[in-house]
Amino acid sequence: MSSLFAQAPILAIILPLLSAPICALFRGATFPWALTTIVSALSFGLSLDLLFYVAEHGAVSYEIGGWAPPYGIEYIADPLSAFVMTIISGISTGVLLFARESILKEVPASRLGFFFSAYLLAIAGMMGITVTGDAFNIFVFLEITSLSSYVLISMGAGTDRRALTAAFQYLIVGTIGATFILIGVGLLYAMTGTLNIADIASQFDQIEDTRPVRAAVGFLVVGFAIKLAMFPFHIWLPNAYTYAPSIVTALFAGTATKVSVYLLIRFIYSMFGADFSFGDLPLTTLLLPFAVVAILSMSVVAIFQDNLKRLLAFSSVAQLGYMILGIALASESGLTASILHMFNHAIVKTGLFLSVGAMFYVTGSVYLKDLAGIGQRMPITTFGFVLGGLALIGVPLTPGFISKWYLVQAVLERGDALGYGLAISMLISSLFAVIYIWRVVELAYFKPSPEGAPTGEAPLTLIIPCWIFILGGFYFGIETSMSVGFAETAAKFLMGALQ
Amino acid sequence: MFFDHFNYWITVILFVIGLYTVMSRSNLVKKMIGLSIFQIAVFLLYITMGKIEGGTAPIIIDQPDVIYSNPLPHVLILTAIVVGVATTALGLALVVRIKETFGTIDEDEILQMEETK
Repeated sequence: MSSLFAQAPILAIILPLLSAPICALFRGATFPWALTTIVSALSFGLSLDLLFYVAEHGAVSYEIGGWAPPYGIEYIADPLSAFVMTIISGISTGVLLFARESILKEVPASRLGFFFSAYLLAIAGMMGITVTGDAFNIFVFLEITSLSSYVLISMGAGTDRRALTAAFQYLIVGTIGATFILIGVGLLYAMTGTLNIADIASQFDQIEDTRPVRAAVGFLVVGFAIKLAMFPFHIWLPNAYTYAPSIVTALFAGTATKVSVYLLIRFIYSMFGADFSFGDLPLTTLLLPFAVVAILSMSVVAIFQDNLKRLLAFSSVAQLGYMILGIALASESGLTASILHMFNHAIVKTGLFLSVGAMFYVTGSVYLKDLAGIGQRMPITTFGFVLGGLALIGVPLTPGFISKWYLVQAVLERGDALGYGLAISMLISSLFAVIYIWRVVELAYFKPSPEGAPTGEAPLTLIIPCWIFILGGFYFGIETSMSVGFAETAAKFLMGALQ
Repeated sequence: MFFDHFNYWITVILFVIGLYTVMSRSNLVKKMIGLSIFQIAVFLLYITMGKIEGGTAPIIIDQPDVIYSNPLPHVLILTAIVVGVATTALGLALVVRIKETFGTIDEDEILQMEETK
């Protein structure tokens, strides 16, 4: 372990965090973008290094300022957090390659310094949530991410003024969610006198039968559910995704909700322990119905949207339902499927939102009526969208198929009527996905273009990043050993941490 | 019962008042006020946790058997207060922008304008 690598867990966070104020000082379009891209790529490199190191040697612990845990703040890169860090920084780097041309259409060049500064803060926050081993630190990073994401979403106001109300709505709902998490952490601290997650977990079986702890678990689970847009709390997500600038939507679709899913897994499995969460508390019976309703109802709602970004946003809520389903199964195979779907869905959804961003770049609209005949006008981008759509449906050879396959296996492992019911509801939801993707395909290829509609392919700087995600998705749909391997290691680690 | 857990009762009452205000008011500024009350209730919860009965300020003094209060929750909540101020500032800034573009800060009216657009 080289001396620089020993600092990797903190470097991956501190680089974007410190670059953010530098970025805000600069005007013009090029420098802030270049700095953000370089920093994001460095973070990605460090996360990859950590991921491979952790997979071989086990978790890496870093003591901030040399203060030993449980008194000091500890950063831990374990198989799960290193995997999620890699997803976040990888998606962010890919999206930034796309951002150069795309963002100039939506945000005035004079504001780009601030825009990328908020972008870097969002990255730093999300990476921080993932790597920290301190419960209060999670809240702080969560708020860094949230505050910068409200700003990023409201930047879409130049295109559609509804971005402002979407950002405000997200601010209200997001703050309520974060405050719920704060209460939960506070009650746990009151019972244990420590904020270190590993330390709380080691004392958990002595305090698990007390009322404050049950209240804490309730507050925390509801808080995470709000943050990850689980079914009844999803109301902020479609608005925020629809009106935010294209690259912001692509970034958040791939990362923000995944981070909250990570937190839910981390608290349910690492801190409370599966025995308590699914034995003493009926979390399976609480989470499963919401997951199933999300999978079915949100896919139906997606069919009736007339805005392409909104359609994909509702499909995101449905896909989050799959991840919750995997978590709620309380089995190693369910957890593997959930983590795998996090990864696969992040790549696919980012690719889809980027191709929508390329369409917006050329046509200036994301409404389906304006996109009629887009298949003839922008053949390369539209073909990419269709391939991404196939992955969303779960056609074999796509990543969507792989994660749904693992999830169906995990569901059928139960061997009871409920298991078969869940498998059937997943099948029905995939059929709905066929319908909403087909609506777009029909419109794109079989409808005449409106009179005088803008024609021509998007510039290569937009198409290439888009296709990196689409082809990357197919790579992980065919060559699954890597993604499945990391997901299995993470799931084994989480289940093994219980004994 | 009430005075035994006086601080906790105040926390719960403020918490519910704040949450109710956020949900029931359609004026965006009143929503922000509700949100602030809601957050402040949680600050009180943390500060209350730090107090130990008969405890003194946590500055080391040369006396045997002295009980100190726990300073850590206060430090934590200082961070949370900063977050709360930032949230309020950002929320109010958004309200100003909404007033500039929509000409109103009433949620119902804004929703109507969004639907007709």
